[in-house]
Amino acid sequence: MHQLTGKRQRLQARARILQTIRAFFIQADFLEIETPQRIPQNAPEAYIQPFESEGWQLQTSPELAMKRLLAAGYEKIFQICHCWRTGERGRRHLPEFTLLEWYRSHCDYLALMDDCENLLAQLTGGQPLRYQGNLIHCDRPFERLSVHEAFARYTSLTPEQALKDDCFDELMVTAIEPNLGLPQPTFLYDYPASLAALARRKPANPCLAERFELYVAGIELANAFSELTDATEQRQRFEHVEQRHSPPRSTPMALPEKFLAALPQMPAAAGIALGIDRLVMLLTNAARIDQVVSFTPEEL
Amino acid sequence: MYTCSDLKKGLKILLDGEPHVITQYDFTKPGKGQALYKCKLRNMVTGTLFDRTYRSGESFEPANLEERDMQYLYQDDTGYVFMDQKSYEQTSISAEVLGDDKYFLIDNMEVKVLLFGERGIGLTLPNFVNLRVTVSEPWAKGDTAAGNSKPATVETGYTLSVPPFVDEGTLIQIDTRTGEYVTRVKE
Repeated sequence: MHQLTGKRQRLQARARILQTIRAFFIQADFLEIETPQRIPQNAPEAYIQPFESEGWQLQTSPELAMKRLLAAGYEKIFQICHCWRTGERGRRHLPEFTLLEWYRSHCDYLALMDDCENLLAQLTGGQPLRYQGNLIHCDRPFERLSVHEAFARYTSLTPEQALKDDCFDELMVTAIEPNLGLPQPTFLYDYPASLAALARRKPANPCLAERFELYVAGIELANAFSELTDATEQRQRFEHVEQRHSPPRSTPMALPEKFLAALPQMPAAAGIALGIDRLVMLLTNAARIDQVVSFTPEEL
Repeated sequence: MYTCSDLKKGLKILLDGEPHVITQYDFTKPGKGQALYKCKLRNMVTGTLFDRTYRSGESFEPANLEERDMQYLYQDDTGYVFMDQKSYEQTSISAEVLGDDKYFLIDNMEVKVLLFGERGIGLTLPNFVNLRVTVSEPWAKGDTAAGNSKPATVETGYTLSVPPFVDEGTLIQIDTRTGEYVTRVKE
């Protein structure tokens, strides 16, 4: 009871933030979409575990349904929805969380960087963001740092060496991420292609995928890519992810066939997922994700 | 065995044969990457603090610790000697492991000893202990720079801040959890 009373200001801010986001996308001529949250299967991901639901799954992200809408000619769409991922609980993680996804046809990931800059400008009203003792200047353009540059700046390995030595994620979490998004937001871009199963490879360098992550004050806020539209390659990439799945599956997961069948009709497009709870943390100076939701699982 | 999902603040696990307690814990996951469990650990024998990052799939052996009622007997070359009041078994804990707790031990005091196997690795003391002040300079009037307190040393060698009116020879009560002066004891 007392805890809920203490959350009132942040929950009010959260409601205003959601209203601002909706107004921003409607103003930019996006269509708000709702898709089913319980689905036959999610896109295979090496390290994301869905909740099972009577033989189907709760969505870990709405991306497959959103892309089928793109393939059907819906050109600019957004969705604010709940997603579920098992085992994820920490200062910045909840097993049930709120995601904003938006997609643009006939664009690549660079257009989404512009969207992020404009959206944050709208949400901060041009004021610097005060977060946990740091001042973040959200004037555009944000810092743009490639994954290669980040490894060179903060570690003694290249991304390829780190992948080979199986320490890419450790270096990311301990050496790189805490430095990103200070004193202005950072786009970390161009990931090794093996780390972006649904992203298009860079035409000039097929070892890299057109994927970026947006960081603010050390917090990973959004993940985006230029979408892969080649169904044959997408099938191979899914199969490759399934082989790397940890822990190994006893029975192979069926691939999302209707999505793969729709992919050839999908125009060149780019899509992005942004964590609403973390955005509210940043905008309300909350140290823990628990402070920006009405109830955590432990409080139910 | 524990798995990564059991990790939390206060969990006691066995690492390299020694008991460790998790003093800080956070779940992290870099975008699309694997779950990592960042822990700060304290070796419960040596007190050493260090960071470790674990991945899902790793497992941990619980550190089985036991607390037993014991009586403090005396200090010798091996350290501070305690006796189990039921079995009369004796165990010795070094001054290093006891830290400041060693200053609050009085002969025949009843304490709880934390045992890792047969090895004593810590104490739970009574919350309050009475000790006699052996050294304390008289308070110089007008000495406002030092505020309303002065240093005093008690019979076990422990030094703390006391109010100006506490003289040498006074019996005082100390809170063993904070190490701070509580009150004078009437005799």
